[in-house]
Amino acid sequence: MDTSDELLLDIQHLHTAFRVHDHFYDAVDDVSLTLHKNEILALVGESGSGKSTLATSIIGLHNPRNTKVTGDIMYNELNLVGLSEALFNRIRGNDIGMIFQDPLSALNPLMRIGDQIAETLVYHTKLSEKEREARVLELLDQVGIPDPPLTAHQYPHELSGGMRQRVMIAIAIACKPPIIIADEPTTALDVTIQAQILDLLEDIQKEIGSGILLITHDLGVVAETADTVAVMYSGQIVEQGTVYQVFENPLHPYTRSLLRSMPQADSDDEELHVIQGTVPSLVNMERSGDRFAPRIPWIPESAHEANPVLHEAEPGHLVRCTCYKTFYFPDEKPEAAAAGAAGNNVQNPSEGA
Amino acid sequence: MWKTILRRVILMIPQIIVLSLFVFILAKMMPGDPFTGLITPQTSPAQIARLRKEAGLDNPWYVQYVDWIGRALHGDFGMSYQMQRPVTSIIGERAINTLYLSILSVVLTYLIGIPLGVAAGRYEGTWIDTSIQFYNFISMSTPGFVVYMLAIALFGFALGWFPTSGSISVNASGVIGTIGSRIYHIILPSLLIAILGNASIVQYLRSGIVDNKLEDYVKTARSKGVPERVVFNRHILRNSLLPIAAFFGNVITGLLSGSVFAETIFAYPGMGKLFIDSVSGRDYSIMTALILLYGILTLLGNLLSDIIMSIVDPRIRID
Ligand SMILES: Nc1ncnc2c1ncn2[C@@H]1O[C@H](COP(=O)(O)OP(=O)(O)O)[C@@H](O)[C@H]1O
Ligand code: SF4
Ligand SMILES: [Mg+2]
Repeated sequence: MDTSDELLLDIQHLHTAFRVHDHFYDAVDDVSLTLHKNEILALVGESGSGKSTLATSIIGLHNPRNTKVTGDIMYNELNLVGLSEALFNRIRGNDIGMIFQDPLSALNPLMRIGDQIAETLVYHTKLSEKEREARVLELLDQVGIPDPPLTAHQYPHELSGGMRQRVMIAIAIACKPPIIIADEPTTALDVTIQAQILDLLEDIQKEIGSGILLITHDLGVVAETADTVAVMYSGQIVEQGTVYQVFENPLHPYTRSLLRSMPQADSDDEELHVIQGTVPSLVNMERSGDRFAPRIPWIPESAHEANPVLHEAEPGHLVRCTCYKTFYFPDEKPEAAAAGAAGNNVQNPSEGA
Repeated sequence: MWKTILRRVILMIPQIIVLSLFVFILAKMMPGDPFTGLITPQTSPAQIARLRKEAGLDNPWYVQYVDWIGRALHGDFGMSYQMQRPVTSIIGERAINTLYLSILSVVLTYLIGIPLGVAAGRYEGTWIDTSIQFYNFISMSTPGFVVYMLAIALFGFALGWFPTSGSISVNASGVIGTIGSRIYHIILPSLLIAILGNASIVQYLRSGIVDNKLEDYVKTARSKGVPERVVFNRHILRNSLLPIAAFFGNVITGLLSGSVFAETIFAYPGMGKLFIDSVSGRDYSIMTALILLYGILTLLGNLLSDIIMSIVDPRIRID
């Protein structure tokens, strides 16, 4: 990506709140992000951080009865927040393609693969049925399906997980959308297949020049594919920058904890550094003060900022709060850790990523 | 597929044999024998003994069983001791009557049940859903015979809109007249059966729709820009109709077994009434024939359900 690339999405102060027992709770809390043409922006964070909620807000899939979306999502001159269903249906599939995590449940079990891909074309192109069929075969070929005519006539259950995800990608790119959102596209797949699917996404992106919002909780995936990265915790962005900046110089304690918890292939260190605790649920989330503080209990109360805000640490590299400068892991400063966090080395099996 | 169906039918044979043995033993265990009803103070024990011997009732049970099965295979289930006519021809007449009544009630049940199920599922949680759920609750907890009797009293006797008994009026003539008279006799009972008996269809459909609404493939459809109306019809509704379609296999059992209460109260000469009459009159030959018939129909119904399922759901193959 190069910074002069055309701006596709400009998200400003986005809040998405769900109704739980008659109260609305922000699952996405004041998020601002941009996505450019040819950019792969990775959104990382543990499960429950609000990544999918952000994605579905962009593509307008929230039920307005139970969800409140405020802020701006500018796509060209159009604000996607509060857009009418009729207009949104012209955007969805045509301007924004979406790839979901589990390709088996994301495909209709009773429809042939070909028909499911063609459905997108029906609503966004003037192609005749014959032309649609031809385009479907072309797409299946493009996503690396070995025998497109056969697969077009098959049902989802007849394909392997990797093939199904290729089909989902074919659906998402059917109209060559400028924006592609992939919500954990490889999480449900075998490791070997994961790499193939990511390669495919990169190839597709080179071909049609889309901007991709790649949601994942796997930092390995980010390092491999993304240009820029936003780290999300409890509905907020805590750190943001180019992949190089964030991996070479991770600032926020959450980013550093995530990086530390990555399994290290080249290290003899058998110990997995799991972050203790889990992402709090919407209702139990502490809204004031620092949201990550409860998970680094060895840092004294007084070190945390009352209301940490995102600010630029170096050009293009944003981080929430300033006290990250004094952050340390307990085993880095054993004498300080012994006092506050005896429990830190007890690994928490309920940790979800 | 035809091979599989044939294999399934062949596999039914041992099941039917077990069922027939069960039915036979049940009949043997019942008090009295076919002649009990014929005994009067004048019949001498010698006469009865002779009758019993002629009927083969002195043979060992397995000989009797084989005799019974052999005759049954030729369509001979013996005589009804009450009506003094062959069981097969009695069942034949009654089966036709029940078939008419059942077909109309099934059609009406689906005609009422499907729109209600769709409305309840689609408008889940609104007053529409609540009213339909309430109606189903009432229809399931109301004993059918009470409604049947009230309806006969009101629409039959008081208002005189519908006949109160029988399957056809004696002076019906001509093709149109006969068919018209038959339909006229079954409208009220089948409408009531449909109104009281659609709960399972409504509930299946409603819960199917409610569940399918949340499926990921529905989100995929929306993310493609498919209009909501099409998302509902093509993706949500179609997938929710599967269990209803499969359910239809079981309906054929009902087609011949009939509604015991409705037929009895409307004095409609069908299978349900026949069964009740045979039980209360200890007409064992009819009773055993009917139980066997229902058993076979149930097996066929299950097979039909599986076949329908394999046709409508590509994930299911019967083998
Ligand atoms: N439809 C919903 N109604 C209520 N709460 C929801 C809904 N969808 C998600 N949430 C909550 O919002 C938070 C963020 O969820 P999600 O966006 O799925 O996170 P992620 O994709 O990062 O795992 C979680 O606490 C989740 O329980
Ligand atoms: S206040 Fe700063 S250092 Fe403390 S947890 Fe929050 S972001 Fe981290
Ligand atoms: Mg998610």
